[in-house]
Amino acid sequence: MNSAVILWRIGPFGLSSTVLTTWLLMAVLTLASFIATRRLRVDPDRWQSLLEGVVLAMQDAIEAFLPGRSAGFVPFIGTLWLYLVAANLVGLVPELHSPTAQLSVTTGLALVVFLASHWYGIRNDGLGPYLRHYLRPNPLLLPFNLISELTRTLALAIRLFGNMMSLELAALLMLLVAGLLVPVPLLLLHVVEALVQAWLFGMLALVYIAGGIESQPHSHGAHAP
Amino acid sequence: MKDLSLFATLSTLGAMLAIAVGVILPAYAMGRAISQALDALARQPEAEKSILRALFIGLAMIESLAIYVLVIVMIVLFRNPLLEYLLK
Repeated sequence: MNSAVILWRIGPFGLSSTVLTTWLLMAVLTLASFIATRRLRVDPDRWQSLLEGVVLAMQDAIEAFLPGRSAGFVPFIGTLWLYLVAANLVGLVPELHSPTAQLSVTTGLALVVFLASHWYGIRNDGLGPYLRHYLRPNPLLLPFNLISELTRTLALAIRLFGNMMSLELAALLMLLVAGLLVPVPLLLLHVVEALVQAWLFGMLALVYIAGGIESQPHSHGAHAP
Repeated sequence: MKDLSLFATLSTLGAMLAIAVGVILPAYAMGRAISQALDALARQPEAEKSILRALFIGLAMIESLAIYVLVIVMIVLFRNPLLEYLLK
């Protein structure tokens, strides 16, 4: 429940530790992949094999969910996965806090997913057919469809925030009650939970995007190779 | 002062009750989901991948219900918006 610590203040804008951690993560991820892909070879070295394994695993996971149409989604979902894994795990480093333990960060990510699901849906089906899927299976269900659009976005934000915040808080409470080294099992749980929640956020984003696309009965036959 | 102590007692009690109920029911739901998934897995071991994926998505959705309760309890305990009226 703690709000972000403001480090510097430039006019009306405060630079919080959350933003700084996010920039740090972005820099590390970008720099690492830049260095690892600088000299690509057919016979890959250690770092190139690592990156190729990560990318292939993400491609396979998306391909299993949307067979034959995964190519357009790998950049978006893969970026979410990579960023969230890094952001959830960075809380284990001393002096750093997970950016995803702040509600504003997870709300921003959920809004990106919200907009992306509409963007993919409209690009795939066209505006009219996409909007018509809100009237399916029955126009009476239009309010429920609209409400579910909003609540699932809210749920996406609250889920990630609640999990990350509660894990940090639980470790802190254990530290207060029991003392040094006792929260270590909880921190191990934190690792598992951080990975699961990152995977789940990307997977749910994929489910929402696929829901916008597969609402079209005509598009089912079109994608067969 | 009396109002404030009553408020603190009631909100603590309410928070404990809420987290208790809010953990019991998702735990029951998770148990049902896992048992059904194991049943399906025993019947069709070759469908393991899709069963496990659906199971994990479902489990995480159920788990988030407990997390919502936790967030509400945290708000009641630490940032209760009704406290303002009492302190004025």
